[in-house]
Amino acid sequence: MIYLDNSATTKPYPEVVESFRQVSEKYYGNPSSVHSFGTEAEKLLRMAKQQAASLLHVHEDEIVFTSGGTEGNNTAIKGIALAHQNRGKHIITTQIEHPSVLEACTALERLGFDVTYLPVNKQGIVSVEDVKNAITKDTILISIMHVNNELGTIQPIKEVGAIAKQHPKLFFHVDHVQGFGKVSIPLHDSGIDLCTISGHKIHGLKGTGLLYIKRNTTIFPLMHGGDQEMGYRSGTENLAGIVSLVKAIRLYFDHANTRTNHVKRLNEKLRACLSEINGLVINTPDHDYVDHILNFSLPGFKPEVVIHALGEKEIYISTKSACSSKQPDESVVLAACGLDKAITKSGLRVSLAYDNCEEDIEAFCEALKMIRNQLSEVMG
Amino acid sequence: MFYDHIVIRYGELSLKGRNRKLFTTKLHEHVIKKLKPFEGTRVKKLRDRMYIILNGADPEPIIEECRHIFGIQSLSVAIKAENEPDKIKEAALFALQQGKNVSTFKVTTKRVNKDFPIDSQAFNHIVGGHLLSNTDGFTVDVHHPDMEIHIDIRNEATYITSARILGAGGLPVGSSGKTLLLLSGGIDSPVAGYMAMKRGVQLEAIHFHSPPYTSERAKQKVIDLAEVLSEYGNNIKIHVVPFTKLQQKIHREIPHGYSMTVMRRMMMRISDQIARKEGILSLTTGESLGQVASQTMESMHAINEVTNYPIIRPLVAMDKEEIIRISQQINTYDISIRPHEDCCTVFVPKSPKTKPRTEKVIQFEGFNDYAADIAETIENVEVIEIAKSTKDDQDMMELF
Repeated sequence: MIYLDNSATTKPYPEVVESFRQVSEKYYGNPSSVHSFGTEAEKLLRMAKQQAASLLHVHEDEIVFTSGGTEGNNTAIKGIALAHQNRGKHIITTQIEHPSVLEACTALERLGFDVTYLPVNKQGIVSVEDVKNAITKDTILISIMHVNNELGTIQPIKEVGAIAKQHPKLFFHVDHVQGFGKVSIPLHDSGIDLCTISGHKIHGLKGTGLLYIKRNTTIFPLMHGGDQEMGYRSGTENLAGIVSLVKAIRLYFDHANTRTNHVKRLNEKLRACLSEINGLVINTPDHDYVDHILNFSLPGFKPEVVIHALGEKEIYISTKSACSSKQPDESVVLAACGLDKAITKSGLRVSLAYDNCEEDIEAFCEALKMIRNQLSEVMG
Repeated sequence: MFYDHIVIRYGELSLKGRNRKLFTTKLHEHVIKKLKPFEGTRVKKLRDRMYIILNGADPEPIIEECRHIFGIQSLSVAIKAENEPDKIKEAALFALQQGKNVSTFKVTTKRVNKDFPIDSQAFNHIVGGHLLSNTDGFTVDVHHPDMEIHIDIRNEATYITSARILGAGGLPVGSSGKTLLLLSGGIDSPVAGYMAMKRGVQLEAIHFHSPPYTSERAKQKVIDLAEVLSEYGNNIKIHVVPFTKLQQKIHREIPHGYSMTVMRRMMMRISDQIARKEGILSLTTGESLGQVASQTMESMHAINEVTNYPIIRPLVAMDKEEIIRISQQINTYDISIRPHEDCCTVFVPKSPKTKPRTEKVIQFEGFNDYAADIAETIENVEVIEIAKSTKDDQDMMELF
């Protein structure tokens, strides 16, 4: 099997699975229980928080463990909107956000909020000027992803953070699910108030993630109940998941240097191979992109057909993001870049990880070439 | 070019005549302990300062670690240059360009090495001129510069520094003997311990534990607090006193208005004896005058009567707000406010006497013999060594 769909999800590190197993078996007490077995679990939870805080260079009370990206994004966006609606009801985001951001925003529109969906340029990058100009006295939240999940483009988070800093009334949320561990942003003093991170994109387990909430930021929680996670997220803590998440973060950081170089080489090889294929258009720009995502189109070829053909050879890539692929037809992200219909309807995404090798890339390109030739006899 | 050294300047300890050696040795130990995680770094100890040789390590996290060490007046990142005017000029230019939000500067040369051919005044002008002609937008301001570039020409080399970061001050922990801190788990006692450490005192802690009235979590709180305090000095040993039996007896035998005073006197007696056994010369408490019933002048008098040990009360004249502020700065506040009962809150009577009379206390205590209970309690004290983390902790750490 050749797995090239690492932006959809990654294979967990064996050590992460092992930690999950050990915590599940040994520390299954409820951290809120009064007895000493619960105390042990609580202690482990606190250690997890300390570890996570020191890895991310933030305070312990700024970390809320969640079930992943969708929950983090929803908690941040709805939480800010509902808690601060008396200040204003305007939200700024972009047209290329993940569905968990876009849909949270449309849900808020139904509750009377006003949302500006900023366009992006041909490279899929939002303009800082546009963000600045969109701010009104009613704006309470800006939500922008750091790295786009389909294109791999990097958004100007640092610059937007600087603007957000000048508007103390509004909050700035960063969806960092695709960018975490690949592009770094300091959280403190960056203008960022909330930041979503997911475990299973960095070889952690599904159902794990965390949301950074800057000190003194109030949100309206999505979950009410036993006031776990400082009241930001009630519900018995998924301790095994939490510990495994922190382990995944540590390992992912530890491997950063070797991985970055390795994936960069794979990306270069991939770009070189793909550019040899007739009619293939690379959509990811050649600047401000991350190495682990490459988006391209084969105009005239239905992406699902290509995926299935590759799947027969046990090579796995994807069309648009897994979360969007239940919607029909064209890629919203590519459409937002103003690309031709022929391109937006035939987008494909390869996403890489440390455990891919050069042979994977070669085999994939060979297979794609062959499939293209076979299909063009029928479709072309 | 990059910053390759950190200069550590001593505070008042450089004044301490014959004890200086002890002070600098202790400080050296603390710095080395903090540098452990930073591979390749080394420390050079001089008479009036220390240099950390970075060997490529990032200076910022190291400064962040070191500025909490007591006994350090200030720290600066530095570039070491040969005693050559051109090399020094180049380094000064680098330092200026590294500054953030800097538009005015001043050069101050100190020439310890009198063999250096140019005198300090003249050299200030030469370096200043070099900086002005090689940059845009900077001007000299000798009175209120945004950045003061220090050129310290020594015998072996020249060190160029700019920003000075304030250290924690005080004296190196371990240079002024040992005290036994009564650590309850509340906000005050850890702050008191911290203040004592600031004056060079090494801590051991004593905690009164009353299971099942107080939970394991209350004990854990104290361990966590001691762990935080250990960051500022030596690894702290905690004497956990099983207090239940004695407390129940007091509750049973002593009129309720006086039970709190008697309980405190028992704590003092036990602390006194443990301190004697450990060769510790003083007790430290987080008492602040007038804060609660046990901290009125009359209470302090009645409680103090059982020991002739010096009791250090660093917080005695501080307001609660001030104490809270320090506890937040030293990272004990969040632990202290965890909602777990300690032994002082469980048995607290509805209306304790705020002005207990010592002769009455003695009279009430006289109806029973407590010596045997105290001896038995001390017999069963559990000692926890912080930082040599327990096996359980290590097992847990393995999971990350």
